[in-house]
Amino acid sequence: MLEDKDRIFTNLYGYGDWRLKGALSRGAWDNTKTLIDKGKDWIISEMKASGLRGRGGAGFPTGLKWSFMPKADPARPSYLVVNADESEPGTCKDREIMRNDPQLLIEGCFIACFAMEAHACYIYIRGEYILEAERLEAAIEQAYAARLVGANNVHGWPFDIYVHHGAGAYICGEETALLESLEGKKGMPRLKPPFPANMGLYGNPTTVNNVESIAVAPTLLRRGAAWFAGFGAKNNAGTKLFCISGHVNKPCNVEEAMSIPFRELIDKHCGGVRGGSDNLLAVIPGGSSVPCVPAAQIIDAAMDFDTLRDLKSGLGTAAVIVMDKSTDIIRAIARLSYFYKHESCGQCTPCREGTGWLWRVVSRMAEGRAQKREIDMLLEVTTQIEGHTICALGDAAAWPVQGLIRHFRPEIERRIDQYSANPHSEPVKDFGVAAE
Amino acid sequence: MSKLIVDGVEVDVPPEYTLLQACEVAGAEIPRFCYHDRLSIAGNCRMCLVEVKGGPPKPSASCAVAVRDLRPGPNGELPVVLTKSPMVKKAREGVMEFLLINHPLDCPICDQGGECDLQDQAMAFGFAGSRFIENKRAVEDKYIGPLVRTSMNRCIHCTRCVRFTAEVAGTGDMGAIGRGEDMEITTYLETAMRSELQGNVADLCPVGALLPKPYSFKARSWELVKTESIDVMDAQGSAIRIDTRGREVMRILPRTNEAVNEEWISDKTRQIVDGLKTRRLDRPYVRENGKLRAASWQEAFGIIAAKVGASSPSRLGAIAGDLCAVEELFALKSLMDLLGARSIDCRQDGVKLDPKFGRASYIFNPTIAGIDEADGLMIIGSNPRKEAPVLNARIRKRWLRGGFKVAVIGEKADLTYDYVYPGAGPETLATFADHAPAKMERPMLLIGQGALARPDGLAVLALAAKAAVSLGAVKDGWNGLAILHTAAARVGGLDLGFVPGEGGLDAKAMSKAGALDVLFNLGADEIDIEPGAFVIYQGSHGDRGAARADVILPGAAYTEKPGIYVNTEGRPQLADRANFPPGDAREDWAILRALSEALGRKLPFDSLRALRAQLFAASPHLAELDLIAPGEALDVGALAAAGGAPGTAPFVSPIRDFYLTNPIARASAVMAECSALSQNFERQAAE
Repeated sequence: MLEDKDRIFTNLYGYGDWRLKGALSRGAWDNTKTLIDKGKDWIISEMKASGLRGRGGAGFPTGLKWSFMPKADPARPSYLVVNADESEPGTCKDREIMRNDPQLLIEGCFIACFAMEAHACYIYIRGEYILEAERLEAAIEQAYAARLVGANNVHGWPFDIYVHHGAGAYICGEETALLESLEGKKGMPRLKPPFPANMGLYGNPTTVNNVESIAVAPTLLRRGAAWFAGFGAKNNAGTKLFCISGHVNKPCNVEEAMSIPFRELIDKHCGGVRGGSDNLLAVIPGGSSVPCVPAAQIIDAAMDFDTLRDLKSGLGTAAVIVMDKSTDIIRAIARLSYFYKHESCGQCTPCREGTGWLWRVVSRMAEGRAQKREIDMLLEVTTQIEGHTICALGDAAAWPVQGLIRHFRPEIERRIDQYSANPHSEPVKDFGVAAE
Repeated sequence: MSKLIVDGVEVDVPPEYTLLQACEVAGAEIPRFCYHDRLSIAGNCRMCLVEVKGGPPKPSASCAVAVRDLRPGPNGELPVVLTKSPMVKKAREGVMEFLLINHPLDCPICDQGGECDLQDQAMAFGFAGSRFIENKRAVEDKYIGPLVRTSMNRCIHCTRCVRFTAEVAGTGDMGAIGRGEDMEITTYLETAMRSELQGNVADLCPVGALLPKPYSFKARSWELVKTESIDVMDAQGSAIRIDTRGREVMRILPRTNEAVNEEWISDKTRQIVDGLKTRRLDRPYVRENGKLRAASWQEAFGIIAAKVGASSPSRLGAIAGDLCAVEELFALKSLMDLLGARSIDCRQDGVKLDPKFGRASYIFNPTIAGIDEADGLMIIGSNPRKEAPVLNARIRKRWLRGGFKVAVIGEKADLTYDYVYPGAGPETLATFADHAPAKMERPMLLIGQGALARPDGLAVLALAAKAAVSLGAVKDGWNGLAILHTAAARVGGLDLGFVPGEGGLDAKAMSKAGALDVLFNLGADEIDIEPGAFVIYQGSHGDRGAARADVILPGAAYTEKPGIYVNTEGRPQLADRANFPPGDAREDWAILRALSEALGRKLPFDSLRALRAQLFAASPHLAELDLIAPGEALDVGALAAAGGAPGTAPFVSPIRDFYLTNPIARASAVMAECSALSQNFERQAAE
């Protein structure tokens, strides 16, 4: 278990003061100048050495991403864009950072911009995060007033930071769709290549990072890469915010070391699974877009990128959704399918047409109103979406259904048998709309 | 150049090529819906997926990956692209299945049937069955204008139409609203599109979602006979294909001609079709007691012969209109020569261009394709968007590429690109006559008929020629002086010297009361002929010219006769006959040949072939079809001497209503509807 002295987010629960004064007392902006003085190369090599992998879901090494940025060119300014469009169902870690410790993020932006020779940073915040945006903007004002940021700040690196409010579209959390939206266009993902590091915001080199990846950077650099790399298994370094929701006794956000076993995470912080660990059915370990993992496989698994990948799931955003045996797992996945159908941007064919198809078939299956051969058909349809789309939303829509079929095929078949023994002509229940 | 291996075939292509282009070079067929050569890359249909060896373990959209983005193998092996592998086959079948699940099964009642990309590619790359048993999506049809009918259930969201209006047409009329499977293509408020090129979206649509409205349910593509021809609605000479069924023209489509129209045509060119069938002159008429009555050819010729016989050559004249082919102009000029008449003119709008100043003084010297190479453009007295919409799209295309400055002297109008506006009239143009050279390699001066069809037209031309020299638009290897005509027959007429001879009257003088005894009007409908002269009108439509005529000889419209048209660049192009003239109407050269015999001055040719042989002997450059005989450098001094002093009136474009510029267009109900709509837009904009 992570000791309190090793926590980065010391005001995660908002017990302390979120304002600049409180943040300074907790160590934010402590001697930032010395970090800057060590130079951008040191910062990037330290980030690389720390083994920090992007906290937005894909787990791409952050230091490596920063090193992709080209040399500064006055004709093509570099930008840092912070992805605060946290919309993945189950995920609420960035919300707490912006609510209760915004200075960590602002300091992280400053350091990251310095390391990438950027002078401007945009924070694209989710439309629904009203309070968080207000807090963040207030915090930025305080930082400007204290000359921690701004054109003429005490650190000597001209730097401006802006908050941009999204309008509540999940797809705008995809980095290139986010850039389109930030430019004032429709939030539709761009084709890659070119990648944002080459052609990003307004056609200029841009790095898009998750809030958590940026917010851990100052503490990481102050305490050293070795300290950060000391947590977690190989290739899965650091501490991580876990958002545990669902059928646990005390759902919570908690900062823990990577690779903590699932059982320890739940028992230590959440008071265990509702009804005891024998009552566990399945877990979605990384936000709605990763496949679920049944109880037997997850219960002693280490919560990190590589272990969960080997379980054919993923750590994603570390939004752990726990489901006990009272859960109608097919219906749960049908609801997720509705979400992806609703949030597909409609740009490319497989996702636009496929997500609706998935949702309709899974909805029928939730009531057993399907043929058993349709299970294989459904699986094939998911593979026709997966990997054929412009962005990863197609994959994200396909994976939960794949996880369902992989682990709960007998449940689907039982449901089909039940219905065919007692068929009726009621309309199919519309989980999506009913839940809206 | 980059090498790669496509399906085992090694090809060497430029590195900026996309994989799709490289595969085509290698002879592999790649299905596609959203990709189009002349539009930006969207990459959204996912039909063109191919397998790239050594890349990610998923298929790549070949339209969106450049050859230079491919990585060689670990030992420097060439990149390998597979278009027939099992992965690719499965990916195509998957995408095709997704496209079809919400596509209605209404091919039997769909006008696109038989020429539908979705049909063809479903046959070639899809699989036979359907596994989708849910309800299909239903989308309400949208009103997007009088020219394009929508059937939005069929839309596959390729966004070609959206990209066309945004990029080529420049009006941005169309867009997508909604998200996911609720995404719909629309003009947002369901207003009509405002582009003069909107009909092209129906060609671009790979399915039957956008279809030409006037052609709805009229014919199936396989019933039509296709004739390659040339458009005469403006002076650009766009390449068209006329589709006929029996004697009836069913529709007009663009053909690709990179040098002229790429693959676009204007709405007037496309939707004029119904005008070819209405208000036609299908028999000769003679005026008796102020009323026209039908007559036989012999009777009409007899009356003409009597009138001509009673008149002297100096009281005899001929005006030629805007839609005449070179052949009939030549026949009429020969006939007038035989009669000894010197008053002939093909410039009914009174434009001051004259062949005596050399060919360079009246053609589009830099050529239309030359716009792509120009780096600056000054538009003088023209609104190219109305006078030649396809050419305007080419200017816009050049402008979008960047490094291209545009200035306009004349009317301020929405040309779909930004320009600077130094002024409106000749005095502004005069400030450029002694200007320092422009800091450009290839500047262009586009001079419209609005600057030349006025009493001081020659002075303006001289001024423009001076400006062209001082700005550096005329130099070795580059002649940037571009005259934009509005009439398809004009350059041909000037090439033949269809202008007043020594002591002859020009069109304006001929139309005055008492100027002539007998006036032969060959399809000139844009000029008012005052009472007095005996007017013989030969043409295809009962328009203004026929109303003023004393004898009407029914001629053929441009689809009904083979003929050569010389476009504004001076490029002779052959228009072929697609159908036959109605009733007693005949091909125009044949009428003139028959009339010459009735007049006792028999023209020395009995066939079109013989006529052309004489024509080519007189004007050899017309025999070089599709090639431009460049004009010799312009003698600016001679022009200036002839010009005199320019006036002060601002330049005004000659086209007030794009949709109603000629008798065929005025006979078309579709054009009338378009015209009413566009006038309405203009009124709204004014308010």
